[in-house]
Amino acid sequence: MQLSTFLIQLLNSVQYGMLLFLIASGLTLTFGVMGIINLAHGAFFMIGAYLAFQFTRFWGWPLPAAYAGAVLAVVVLGACVERTILAPLANRDHLDQVLVTYGLILIFDELAVIGWGKDVLPAEIPALLRGSVQLGDMVVYPVYRLVLAGVGLLCAVGLYLIVAKTRLGMIVRAGSFDRSMVRALGINVSPIFSMVFGLGAALAALAGVLAAPILSVSPGMGDKIIIIAFVVVVIGGIGSIKGAFVGALLVGLFDSFGKILFPTVSSLIIYALMAAVLVWRPRGLFGKTA
Amino acid sequence: MRPVTIIAAIVVAAMLVAIPLFHNAFLTAHATRILIYVIFAMSLDLLVGYCGMVSLGHAAFFGIAAYTTALLSAKAGIANILIGLPLSMLAAAAGALVIGLLTLRTSGIYFIMATLAFAQMLHFLVNDSDFFGGSDGILLLTRFRASVGNTVLLDLGNATTRYYTALVATSVAFAGLALLVRSPFGRILQGLKSNEQRMRALGYPVARYKLGCFVIGGTLAGLAGHLYATLTSLADPSILDWLHSAQVLMMVIIGGLGTLIGSAIGAFLLIELIDQSAELTDHWKLIVGVVVIAVTMFGRGGLVGLASLLRTSVFGARASA
Amino acid sequence: MNDKQILMETKSLSKNFGNLAAVRDVSLQVYEGEIHAIIGPNGAGKTTFLNLLSGELPASSGALYFDGSEVTDWRPDRLARAGMGRSFQHSSVFEQLSVRENVRLAAQTQFPNSFGLFRPAESYADVGRRVEEVFGEVALEWSSGARAGEISHGEQRQLEIAMLLALSPKLMLLDEPTSGMSRNETLELIELLRRISERHTLVLVEHDMDVVFQLADRITVLVNGSVLASGPPAAVREDVAVRTAYLGTQ
Repeated sequence: MQLSTFLIQLLNSVQYGMLLFLIASGLTLTFGVMGIINLAHGAFFMIGAYLAFQFTRFWGWPLPAAYAGAVLAVVVLGACVERTILAPLANRDHLDQVLVTYGLILIFDELAVIGWGKDVLPAEIPALLRGSVQLGDMVVYPVYRLVLAGVGLLCAVGLYLIVAKTRLGMIVRAGSFDRSMVRALGINVSPIFSMVFGLGAALAALAGVLAAPILSVSPGMGDKIIIIAFVVVVIGGIGSIKGAFVGALLVGLFDSFGKILFPTVSSLIIYALMAAVLVWRPRGLFGKTA
Repeated sequence: MRPVTIIAAIVVAAMLVAIPLFHNAFLTAHATRILIYVIFAMSLDLLVGYCGMVSLGHAAFFGIAAYTTALLSAKAGIANILIGLPLSMLAAAAGALVIGLLTLRTSGIYFIMATLAFAQMLHFLVNDSDFFGGSDGILLLTRFRASVGNTVLLDLGNATTRYYTALVATSVAFAGLALLVRSPFGRILQGLKSNEQRMRALGYPVARYKLGCFVIGGTLAGLAGHLYATLTSLADPSILDWLHSAQVLMMVIIGGLGTLIGSAIGAFLLIELIDQSAELTDHWKLIVGVVVIAVTMFGRGGLVGLASLLRTSVFGARASA
Repeated sequence: MNDKQILMETKSLSKNFGNLAAVRDVSLQVYEGEIHAIIGPNGAGKTTFLNLLSGELPASSGALYFDGSEVTDWRPDRLARAGMGRSFQHSSVFEQLSVRENVRLAAQTQFPNSFGLFRPAESYADVGRRVEEVFGEVALEWSSGARAGEISHGEQRQLEIAMLLALSPKLMLLDEPTSGMSRNETLELIELLRRISERHTLVLVEHDMDVVFQLADRITVLVNGSVLASGPPAAVREDVAVRTAYLGTQ
């Protein structure tokens, strides 16, 4: 492999990995802290993408307003869903949560079809960020993807700081270790859970907004990416932001290099990776051991 | 069993046997499809309802069997059930063994996600490969038949034959599962669901039983998958999609976990719900989504649970067995 | 006592959780047929120690011997099959299943031919007989058809012991068997344990000193994870270090 190819794939890995991290971090927090399986998490990703498209293309909003608006709208939607449907089910079987969130997937996917039809929407890279940039003397890489990776890294750092340095973060860490204990300590968990859920939804929506120009915006996009996010969470370990970060990068790496080295089976490689991790560490790389 | 139940069972059985006599092609095909999903749902109920293993990847074994059937027909020209059925079920069993060995190392949420991901892996495998027909899938070349030498015992080209074959298969599967759950093996599974730590402390080699249950469930899903392929003459990637696994899981939960008959009812109800909604509107997913959410939030124990709740409130509590 | 066999022995058994030494260097012997009580203040590491014995927790260092073999890294199910039965601090029974089924599942383990796939579980007469025997031995009055999750706390403790009996274990490890029981229930349990100890070896973790001094042949005192004293009840009661530890911590 040429060095330039290697470097480009490396950059692709980081970019894809950061995208996955944005989605997986919310998923892992919801699982780990709230104990809720949310199969419909991909819907936040999808709705973020659709709304950003709507705001910019159809309503002509300036970019920052459109992006912020899309993320905000998803957060509000997420809060509604969490309060009305998920919170009442927090103590129920995982099965009930699976059912309900599956119902949500059906509803959201269909709403997207009703709103924008079944075809792929032609989302474009914002004019400001088009083109490529020269890195060193070997690599020419699209600006937009660099920005995406950069935003993802910023969010990762931000999330790490929140979890490691704030009181909210301390409760999150404690909660993902022993949920009932946190409750027993008299800490009012409801608003905290809502905040965590909202944060996760916001990150997924941000991912959708950013990914829209490079992935295809269509009603099934949330279902497709959520599976990969699950793989990231299994590999990284439930409830661990660090795990989501490392897992996302690993998946990004294996996926990008896999496409070049083993094109025929490239889509299988990340599952083989997951299988290998499961054999070695059934709770993921950073998940709490039984 | 109480007299009411026995009478109901006889009535239902009579109705099932009588379906082709209406000479309604749509009804017969529709009923055949429902029966196939009854087998599929019951096989998942064994895992989820009796043993407590929530799998979101059960469609993997359905799909393995369906694709095996299709491949036998399209690539090897085999159209004999007596060969196709055992081979498909064997392939499904092998798949269940491998996936089980890998995923049963995990539990809880990890298990759910791992099973889901492995099934999705198979989906991509067949979707991206020419050998497996890509996104169009593989068409079966001819209808299957059961033949020994030159004698044809069953010709699945006939819709009525297909229906009765499915009915027999469903009955055998139901009887087998009913015996299994009352057997010592079945009781062990229920003990595992109730308190795994206690089972270990009693000396049971837990992993072995879970794997056994997983493989049996996968094999029966394979039976359903084979019948599906012979019914539709097609095996395509959508049957391996995780949404398909979620659908059959819904059937089990809606009907009531841990009661085989409940899964049968759940399969019937969900298919009817989807089909009727699809008749009403293109946007049937909205209706199904809302119904599913409503049933889950307001109905405890699925429909069989609701039914038993009704029975208790009307007839008073029964002493437990 | 001297010509009795050692059924179980630990040699310098230790368990650390990170920097916390929960069990330190514990060496003790349990003789066949005896009732051996383990006592100590809260947080002394008694339950952790029991978890090490039954395989629920892997030891950080040291060795465990049972019935002549070294079993240090054995998992709970293997130890159970070798003849070790265990009750838990919070009764671990099958709450969704009937009382009878609880005992039946335990009894079934002793009859290897009863693991069939197609005959109904009830049709195995030998397992059924064993279940009846156990009910007779335990001599308690609850309806065997009730769900284990619905009987009283004290009855659940008794059910757990019934399940252990059905295992015909060589050694029974009981974690605070009388906790949460009324005075009457405790007296009944003491009688039951006395009966059982005629044919089984018992290791009890207990807080109730009446129970301990009425039943135990030997007592080991654990404080902060280490053995403070070990021996016959009279000796332990007089031991200066023990008196200090208990009076000091009151």
